[in-house]
Amino acid sequence: MVETIREITYGEAIREALHEEMMKDSSVFLIGEDIGAYGGAFKITDGFLKEFGPERVRDTPISEAAIIGAAIGSALMGLRPIAEIMYMDFIPICLEQLANQAAKIRFMSGGKLRVPMVVRTQYSLGRAHGAQHSQFFPSWSLQISGLKVVLPSTPYDAKGLLKTAMRDGNPVLFIECSLLYRTKGYVPEGDYTIPFGQADVKRKGDDVTIVAISRMVQESMAAASALEGEGLSVEVIDPRTIQPLDIDTIVGSVKRTGRLVIAEDDAKTGGVGAEIAATVVEKAFDYMDAPIMRVAAPDIPIPFSPSLEKEYMPSKDKIIQTIASLLGRRRGLA
Amino acid sequence: MEEGEVKFPMSALKEIGRVPPSDYSKHGLAKDRLILMIKKMMEIRLFEEKVEELYLMKGLITGPAHLYFGQEAVAVGVISALNSDDVIISHHRGHGHALARGIPMKQVMAELFGKATGTCKGLGGSMHVAISPERGSLFASAIVGSGIPIAAGVGLAFKYNKSDRVVAVFFGDGAVNTSSFHEGTNMAAIWKLPVILVCENNRYAIGMKVEKAIALGSIVERALGYNIAGIAVDGNDPVAVYLATKEAVERARKGEGPTLIECRTYRQKGHGIYDKAPYRPKEEVEEWLRRDPIANFRNALISSGAATEADLIEIKNQIRLELEDAVNFAQDSPILPFDELQKYVYA
Repeated sequence: MVETIREITYGEAIREALHEEMMKDSSVFLIGEDIGAYGGAFKITDGFLKEFGPERVRDTPISEAAIIGAAIGSALMGLRPIAEIMYMDFIPICLEQLANQAAKIRFMSGGKLRVPMVVRTQYSLGRAHGAQHSQFFPSWSLQISGLKVVLPSTPYDAKGLLKTAMRDGNPVLFIECSLLYRTKGYVPEGDYTIPFGQADVKRKGDDVTIVAISRMVQESMAAASALEGEGLSVEVIDPRTIQPLDIDTIVGSVKRTGRLVIAEDDAKTGGVGAEIAATVVEKAFDYMDAPIMRVAAPDIPIPFSPSLEKEYMPSKDKIIQTIASLLGRRRGLA
Repeated sequence: MEEGEVKFPMSALKEIGRVPPSDYSKHGLAKDRLILMIKKMMEIRLFEEKVEELYLMKGLITGPAHLYFGQEAVAVGVISALNSDDVIISHHRGHGHALARGIPMKQVMAELFGKATGTCKGLGGSMHVAISPERGSLFASAIVGSGIPIAAGVGLAFKYNKSDRVVAVFFGDGAVNTSSFHEGTNMAAIWKLPVILVCENNRYAIGMKVEKAIALGSIVERALGYNIAGIAVDGNDPVAVYLATKEAVERARKGEGPTLIECRTYRQKGHGIYDKAPYRPKEEVEEWLRRDPIANFRNALISSGAATEADLIEIKNQIRLELEDAVNFAQDSPILPFDELQKYVYA
């Protein structure tokens, strides 16, 4: 009998993680806008209301600060809330609760309190949603000690990381990518977890290292395949969590390749890539053969017009151009 | 009623004025209970006097310290109506909540000194001093209003676990204009959560007079907008506050949702220890000092025969001794080593 490898979408993987965890642990409940009767803005929790009831699938009014506040309060009392903030653009509305309260409560209480909660959100860059429904600013969270930040790029990672998030004892910001919801990949049935702070080398290579965040993992893999045809061996690393960040895997790779490109959907100035670049310079300066380059979004609000948005977005082609310019001198490319 | 006409359930609002001492026993408040209340109030007052001295004269305490002078009846009245497994959420002016909830004076003082023996190991400070979950003092937010949505979450957890516990969240008159007040109160109201919303209307948000900050005639009327019960209470009478809270607690335990209690009181001093509050009319200050909650309650207890002058002097002497111990304890306590801080960031 031939065993078939089960492939499901990124969205289904998230749904499966939520479902399995809710079956297993009665302290897990969902809270957010339109997650119940409507089934979730992206239909991730479609049918959950019927299956688990309104106490465990809490539809809320449009009150982002109270969603996070309620999650904090219930987490302090021992529940495991999974809060949903429909678009990442709405995070600033509840940033007070997330940054000042959720993240700092443990520290400010001298370690007496813990806030085991997950905030699921997604960014919709590339869907013509305009400047207020497309943003991606994961680097903001790097200034918030006490928060953990997860950015899955594959269905496999999405399920395993979400399970880890739901069992963690801290507030976890789980940032999904809307463009990835329908991408398919191998996902085991049943239970597994992926530890935080452990980067995944998605592709091995010797000439250049790409550190790619979220959607840019796919773009980087496509770029690496294309460059292979040019005789270039590209390593693609997905940190998977940026807080904690597995800097050792990145530095180890850069020490071998001597070149680093960081691919990210956030704005270049002050982005996650800036932080990674600075740390790599601190730890691996002597091994660098070329300047660190970032393939990131420009420092402008996201334009609506679909063709302008496409130009705005980092992409496979931009990664290829960047790598070509880095290696061109040596390889005669570009 | 005409179509489209909005009729507010005015009956949902009530007012509780100063309770005559002759009614104390009618309300089930026996002598030992009343003595405990005055003791806690005196403890808070003497504690704050000591903090002022240590801060202004001796320089032993620094950082913001928002004192509770004049509001003692609120913390003590509310907390007297709660069970030990109920929960309070405090705010930046929280010394009174901490002491009323029974957190040992030593721990509270040590926290103000930034010592490892404080309630938060010196990592929280004055504005978070009332964090002692083991004593039902869950959390204290220093961001105005932010405790309210968190209280909704605590109430949600009680409801989720089918428990009859309640949560009382303290906030000031300044907080009622934050989005947190609106979002948290609405959430507690729509889900009928066991939340007691205790507004300590001390008439000033730093220097902003309450009348200038709200369009309604009074804060308690906000309850109508959420279709919840509202009680305006003489916030300088611990018994009145106790009765209002008791009613709110009963309602909450029965699953009938939150109550907004507006405790009308007065911040006898400035916003912080350094603020001389020159923006307040002298007559207003004098008028409220005449209504001092502790002086009035002392007189009530003596006139009703619940305590004698000598009893109260004895209590005061006990507190002073305890306070000296607390200061010595705080001074002698160690400070957390800096290299240990990392371990308090994540669970």
